[in-house]
Amino acid sequence: MDQTSHQSAKPGAPSVHRTSAAQGRLKKRYRIEAWFKACGMLAVGLACAALIWLLSSVVGKAVGGMTETYITLPVTFDKAEIDPKGSGDPKVIRGGNFSGLIKTSLRGAFPFIKKRRDKLALYKLTSNGAELELRHRAMNDPSIIGTTQTIRLLASDDVDLYVKGYEGELRTLAHSGTATPVGMSGNVKVRVDANAFQAALEKAKEELRRKADALRQQAQREERAIGVFEGRIKALPDDANPDLRSQYESRITAYKSRRDTLMRNAQEFEKRANTDGGRELLSPSLPSYFVFINGGVIKVETVSPNMIEGQALVPLSSEVPAGATDWQLKVNPTSESGRRIGDKQATWIEVLRANGKVETNFNWRFFTASDSREAETAGIWSSAAGSFWTMLITFFLSFPIGVAAAIYLEQFAPKNRITDFIEVNINNLAAVPSIVFGLLGLAVIIEFIGNDIFGEQLRSTALAGGIVLALMSLPTIIIASRAAIKAVPPSIKEAALGVGASNEQAVFHHVLPLAMPGILTGTIIAMAQALGETAPLLMIGMVAFITEVPTSPLDNASVLPVQIFRWSDFPERAFEMRTAAAILVLLVFLVIMNTIAVLLRKRFERRW
Amino acid sequence: MLILTAFIIAALVVVAQIAGQRRAATLAGDEPQSLHSRPIYHGLKSALWTGLVGFSILIVASVVSRQLIDTQLRASLPTDVQGYADIKKDRLISDAKAVGDGDIVSAPLDEGYKTARDALAQDYLGLKTLREWGISIGTVLASLAALFLTYRGIHRESRARNSSERIIRGGLFVSAGIAILTTIGILFSLLGETIKFFSNVPFYKFLFGTHWSPLSGVFEGVVDENTVGAIPLFAGTFMITGIAMLVAVPIGLMAAVYLSDYASPRVRAWAKPLLEILAGIPTVVYGFFAAITVAPLIRGSGEALGLSVASESALAAGFVMGIMIIPFISSLSDDVINAVPQSLRDGSYGLGATKSETITKVVLPAALPGIVSAVLLGISRAVGETMIVVMAAGQGANLTWNPLEAVTTVTVQIVALITGDTEADTAAGPAFALGFTLLCITLILNMFALRIVQKYRMRYE
Amino acid sequence: MNVVTEQEQIANTMIQAKQQSAETQYKIVSKNVDVFYGNKQALSGVTFNAHANEVTSLIGPSGCGKSTFLRCVNRMNDTIPICRVEGEIWIDGQDIHAPELDVVELRARVGMVFQKPNPFPKSIYENIAYGPRIHGLTKDKSELDELVTVCLKRAGLWGEVKDRLEEPGTGLSGGQQQRLCIARAIATQPDVILMDEPCSALDPIATARIEELMHELRENYTIMIVTHSMAQAQRVSQRTAFFHLGELVEYGETEQVFRNPTDERTESYISGRIG
Ligand SMILES: Nc1ncnc2c1ncn2[C@@H]1O[C@H](COP(=O)(O)OP(=O)(O)O)[C@@H](O)[C@H]1O
Ligand SMILES: [Mg+2]
Repeated sequence: MDQTSHQSAKPGAPSVHRTSAAQGRLKKRYRIEAWFKACGMLAVGLACAALIWLLSSVVGKAVGGMTETYITLPVTFDKAEIDPKGSGDPKVIRGGNFSGLIKTSLRGAFPFIKKRRDKLALYKLTSNGAELELRHRAMNDPSIIGTTQTIRLLASDDVDLYVKGYEGELRTLAHSGTATPVGMSGNVKVRVDANAFQAALEKAKEELRRKADALRQQAQREERAIGVFEGRIKALPDDANPDLRSQYESRITAYKSRRDTLMRNAQEFEKRANTDGGRELLSPSLPSYFVFINGGVIKVETVSPNMIEGQALVPLSSEVPAGATDWQLKVNPTSESGRRIGDKQATWIEVLRANGKVETNFNWRFFTASDSREAETAGIWSSAAGSFWTMLITFFLSFPIGVAAAIYLEQFAPKNRITDFIEVNINNLAAVPSIVFGLLGLAVIIEFIGNDIFGEQLRSTALAGGIVLALMSLPTIIIASRAAIKAVPPSIKEAALGVGASNEQAVFHHVLPLAMPGILTGTIIAMAQALGETAPLLMIGMVAFITEVPTSPLDNASVLPVQIFRWSDFPERAFEMRTAAAILVLLVFLVIMNTIAVLLRKRFERRW
Repeated sequence: MLILTAFIIAALVVVAQIAGQRRAATLAGDEPQSLHSRPIYHGLKSALWTGLVGFSILIVASVVSRQLIDTQLRASLPTDVQGYADIKKDRLISDAKAVGDGDIVSAPLDEGYKTARDALAQDYLGLKTLREWGISIGTVLASLAALFLTYRGIHRESRARNSSERIIRGGLFVSAGIAILTTIGILFSLLGETIKFFSNVPFYKFLFGTHWSPLSGVFEGVVDENTVGAIPLFAGTFMITGIAMLVAVPIGLMAAVYLSDYASPRVRAWAKPLLEILAGIPTVVYGFFAAITVAPLIRGSGEALGLSVASESALAAGFVMGIMIIPFISSLSDDVINAVPQSLRDGSYGLGATKSETITKVVLPAALPGIVSAVLLGISRAVGETMIVVMAAGQGANLTWNPLEAVTTVTVQIVALITGDTEADTAAGPAFALGFTLLCITLILNMFALRIVQKYRMRYE
Repeated sequence: MNVVTEQEQIANTMIQAKQQSAETQYKIVSKNVDVFYGNKQALSGVTFNAHANEVTSLIGPSGCGKSTFLRCVNRMNDTIPICRVEGEIWIDGQDIHAPELDVVELRARVGMVFQKPNPFPKSIYENIAYGPRIHGLTKDKSELDELVTVCLKRAGLWGEVKDRLEEPGTGLSGGQQQRLCIARAIATQPDVILMDEPCSALDPIATARIEELMHELRENYTIMIVTHSMAQAQRVSQRTAFFHLGELVEYGETEQVFRNPTDERTESYISGRIG
């Protein structure tokens, strides 16, 4: 102990805690206190922020998946293509050439498209789903064969993305002057009596500068190589092989000439970029510019301040000069090379959109359709059904067994080694990684019990998945049920025994009903866990591509989380949105289950 | 057929219940007290016996007869295929069964194989029919017999309640035993393949080898012992787990401290459910988040700093896994922190300590064993976690210290091996060996954690 | 073979029963009862006989084994795994540990009321109807209704609860709950009712009601009550047994035990010197 502090504590002297040093220490201690508390707040804040980040990222991605795009077109149900003999037989109609109908209808909407390649691009605007729908319609109502109907055709996923603006949105730029087109289709020039295209030209010039920079950098690399070889030459001993020297020298010459070319090009680009006016190419890595004039659309390929030149993607109706308000310059800030939809297709969609032929609706299909290789027709119904069957099996196996085991352990088990062993076992099982349960399922259910215990194939079925998940949920349910049973006061059981109930009667009539809310809460939480479980199901082969809705636990099935996993592997952006949407659906289910569990706990919470 | 049988037995059970109950009620007549057990128990006893006999015979017979069929088929292999290798024999038998069942069959190897297969398929069909009819008729008869005997056995003094309760108690015991059966099942299923694997590969080559590419050196269904060194996987698992714990432990622990000792009840009331939500989010969602949102972000910001970051970096997977484990750590630590008796805190406050001093000098040291065990359990979770790493970590084995590179983990490799296109028998060996290792690691961690908690409890009670 | 042994058994039981009846018309006979909780002995050599249609009170300091003895009589101790009972207890000439005796049946015959009122968290009606239901004592609903009414009336609770039979039994006051438990106990139509400090959780008024009730019930039942109140023992019981440290120290008519106890331990206890 510090001697002086003792002395100063003698009566009459000021307390050690009032000295200025102590006050200083106190201040420091409070600073640490505040800092510590802030750390705690930060930790809670970070955890919540992570949650919000995760959820908002999922929701943000899912929004796009919640709607789908349709193109409305008149479709003629050509008898010759579908049902030449007019049989009205659904089997014949099923074989009809419905994609042909759609193609005809698309060509009808864009009569100016003549080139084969363009036609193929045109056909890609609609989805295979549209064809299926037409077939469905004709089979259900053969009377429409031979008529022309206005039909909403499901757009392909790329079109869908473009329409929703994920591929850049077309903006109208301000401009002035009267524009005079030269030519109506093919290559068209538009001359304006003002510098309407200065902005576009600037873009092109920026690109030139960038290119010049890149060239200069390349040139620098060549320069370094030159340095290296010059160094080597210097380092060569005098008696060195002359061949080697000349070889080095020739390398140096080559590098130098390359460097000079690069530098020349760079300088030229810079010069072009820095002089006003001129005429420049707009590369596909730059934003796309379009001129809308006289009913046609021109994709700008070369640009100078007052003139552009490019392909007419939609032919013009005349070469009449258009006043400043009669023509438009539009730009899509996303470059063509950064888009899945080319400028041609985009323009066609814009034309359709301008005519009110494109609409975006809520994506009901997503909830009612089965899995598909095409994002726009893919839905979650089959996997939701798979999840349903799997959960059904899981529940009906794990709930009774889990509760029975808990009852046994809490109410009947003698205190002995076996009971202890079972207890330790259950605690350990709760910690076994889920993937190990998957391996168990793979080895036992599929290999040992075999494919045909009931004459049915077990692999990939909801039954196999349900059994594995049930084994996995058992420890959770047993532990929760035991806690719930333990919470029932023994006096209740004694009362029952006192009036002559048997042990079983006392448990099943009194203890179990009172423990039930707690047991159910635990079970729901376990079910929620099982519903989100993926890894063990991958192990037992539930990753298959399932398009048919399973109608029994013995059908091959997939489940929601596995579908999420599979979809998340597809590179298409459209699938990414649907994956997020599927996650949202899964989360909604989980939230509902957990809410029920919480309400149950609140409602029946009993203090004895 | 067998499913139909199961339904018939179920129907018989219902019949037994109703008939037994009726008969007992009739016997009792106007004096219900003259019965030892109430009619419902007489019915129950009859129903339980009927179901017990029927279902147990059905299940046992189904499993056993299937094995018998396999043995029988193997014994009746035509002589000209006796010379086939075992693998080929297996395939022949399973193909023959598939033909018999009318399933899709891969193309036969050659003409001789095809004839043998079709002949065997005929045999199989015969056996299958025999099996199904035999089992169905047998079980239904046995159930009927049980029903009849128990029905006949109903009289006033019979202790139907006691007997049915004994059966129920037996059922309860069996249910509790299923936990043990599961453990045994896990051990056996893992051990079977693992032992087979280690009969070809010395275990030190597996545990200490540094080259992992198990399917590249496969020769005649046997892996090359030099390509199954699991060190890169252990290292990858270790690195991702480490990153996860670096995220989860400070945040989880501080959150627990704040929520238990600082937060107002109102803050607690909304912060705890939020953490619970975090705990309830399926791992596949975390995986998606890691792969689609976090990994590109880390990659992007790394590149902005001039670092080269793999698109499946260990950092992204570990970071998201850390987020997943935060609620786990915080709820477990919350429990142990709350379990520290108030008297200890009061003692510290009484000496004029500030809250943070009390927490860091008194509460946390007292709760340390519990916190350590929470961290161990968290590690065990992280090591066994699958989906996040499958979706966001790499596939290729990579022995590195750099968290910005892609590494692979034990669980990723198990999934890759099992769900890959390789012949199941070949891939199973390394996969199950990895699974067994994983099980051992998590169990050891779990045991340690439980041990620590138990010791800690003893100190306070 | 079987038939013979069965007959032999019956013969044996009859002989035993005769021997027993020789020990007069006692309702409950206990001979050398030892009880162990694990290694710890809680009762040793308790021997005494309770008479039919009387109230017998068990008194003694806490922990002396009163409750333990009471719980031996309806074999409630079976539910405690570590508890081992040795010695014999006979009720109506029947050995309650006989292997062929069904413990459930025994408990139906020997009702019990616990120290803390423990109604089921169910309706008042269900509380009472439960016993008769599981034992199949009534044929139909109307009979059951009647039984419930009778029991509630017997327990003196009818007037207070007749309009709210469907309300939970746990909503009653402590005294009412205890009377509900008594009504529940008599609903199974037992011969014997065991009460373990039934009034310890009650106020004096409720206690008085229960004591009154005991007087009435005595006509039909044999009652054994554990109490800590000497006054209560004197008020309600005809005979009193004094336990001390697991032994039955003194047993006799209440008057005699309290007026001039033979054992000095009894005297010290009733005069408040030990306990
Ligand atoms: N369930 C039990 N486990 C272990 N010991 C018990 C149990 N119940 C009572 N005992 C012991 O038996 C002795 C007698 O207890 P009890 O019969 O409850 O006394 P009391 O006369 O106060 O009712 C006491 O020493 C008590 O500690
Ligand atoms: Mg007592």
